[in-house]
Amino acid sequence: MRQAFAVARKDLLIEIRARLLLVRVAPFALLVLVLFAVALDSEPLILRAAAGLVWLTMLFSVLLLVQRAYDVETEDDALEMLLTSTVEPTQLFFGKLLAAFVQLLVLSVLLVCGAVVLYGATVTAGHLVLLVTTVSCAAWGLASVGTLYGAVVANMNGRDSLLALLALPVLAPVLIGASRATEAAFGSQTIDTASGWAWVALLAVFALVFSAAGAAAFGALMEPEA
Amino acid sequence: MSRSTGTTVTRVIGISAALLLAWVVVSAFFVTPADAQQGDAVRIMYAHVPAAWVAYLAFVTTAIASGFSLARRHRTLGFDRVAGASAETGVLFMGLALVTGSLWGRLTWGTFWQWDPRLTTTLFLFVTYVGYLAVRNIDSDPQRRAKRSAVLALLAVLEIPLVHFSVVLWRSLHQEASVLNPDGDVRLDGSMLFTLFSGVVAFTLVFVWLVIHRQRLSTLQDLQQGAGLDAAIAARRNEVSTRSVGGA
Amino acid sequence: MDDIGFILASWVITLGTIGLLAFVTVRRARKLSGQIPDDDKPWL
Repeated sequence: MRQAFAVARKDLLIEIRARLLLVRVAPFALLVLVLFAVALDSEPLILRAAAGLVWLTMLFSVLLLVQRAYDVETEDDALEMLLTSTVEPTQLFFGKLLAAFVQLLVLSVLLVCGAVVLYGATVTAGHLVLLVTTVSCAAWGLASVGTLYGAVVANMNGRDSLLALLALPVLAPVLIGASRATEAAFGSQTIDTASGWAWVALLAVFALVFSAAGAAAFGALMEPEA
Repeated sequence: MSRSTGTTVTRVIGISAALLLAWVVVSAFFVTPADAQQGDAVRIMYAHVPAAWVAYLAFVTTAIASGFSLARRHRTLGFDRVAGASAETGVLFMGLALVTGSLWGRLTWGTFWQWDPRLTTTLFLFVTYVGYLAVRNIDSDPQRRAKRSAVLALLAVLEIPLVHFSVVLWRSLHQEASVLNPDGDVRLDGSMLFTLFSGVVAFTLVFVWLVIHRQRLSTLQDLQQGAGLDAAIAARRNEVSTRSVGGA
Repeated sequence: MDDIGFILASWVITLGTIGLLAFVTVRRARKLSGQIPDDDKPWL
């Protein structure tokens, strides 16, 4: 696991130095929240849709983050150098996954605050545990799918639109599950806390399945051409 | 030199598919009775159900072929080409199943679309394989394309059950009147059942015929690209050698 | 027959699209097949 932490540390250091999350992704995400509110134009409707809008925004932000993470690697063939310097593909996958996960956590805190301030969503202390678990499981699932599909399209022409086309359908369960669980955490009348936890279980299964799949597939994707 | 990708086997398959398909059309319109509840709308079923069946068959074929392609990828591209041909055909049939299904739904349910788990999962499957084909259509080295697309096809196998399960859970939370089940509500008599079965066989033959031809077509395309590349390299070599002679 | 428009449309779309794909496939195959020597074709 040491190599994975090293890769994650490298990715995060690049992000901190370049401040991409701060200057581009976060403002973009907040802007989307504002635009949704403008488009829906009704306060009760916005409050009901708050959880779904937060996670839809997260989905779009993942695409930006992953794109960036791989562009940095492929620009100077850095990926191949990492692999020839005996970094194992599995370790590389978990490293990049971890870095994306940390960034997504930061972003989701920001977006939940945005929903509280802009949409009037409320989080009581009793629902805080549910919210934190939801966000962690969903962010791990988003990060693993993003890292995996980012590797599939790395180096391809037109990879930005391809990544969206490939990853968004796969992420549908995360969108559904995280939206419902967050709705429960925001104290909605239609979904109780118990079914909120059922959705968290689905999110956890999703995160596990795609972490395992990514670890298995990365070897095949990253091996040098025969 | 042979002028087509046909062989005796594909001709036999093609002709029997065409004959059977013609019989299914005649039977669907003139032999089978109208349904007691749905009326003549049930005649769409003989196109819709076989198309949906072939679509799912195609994706199972793609997944299996991709598994083989990944397991023995350094030997041959045959499995990769079968996977691609089957996915292309499958996307077409799934599109047809969605279109005929929504036309049928408009007649029987009164709406083109219902957010019912089966429909929603099918839609996601369709989008997923459109993405798969988009990746295949980007020019790259055939070995690399084979690897990427095999990984994608196998990931789709993981994705679809998760999507289906989450949609089932999602819809079960909504207390709505249950959707009329299009297949379950029709009382099928002998001639209807026979026509439906013939339809499934006919569409499956069409699928096999299309996959064989498209697989051979992609072999030809790869060969032609390779030949074009060889010719370009040869021409360049020639050019360089004449120039160096001229210079000396 | 009721709703004949919807029923006919379903069948025309289905058979038409399948026919079109078959036609395009065969035509492209014929075009390419002439350019490739028979020895390279695994199915012959």
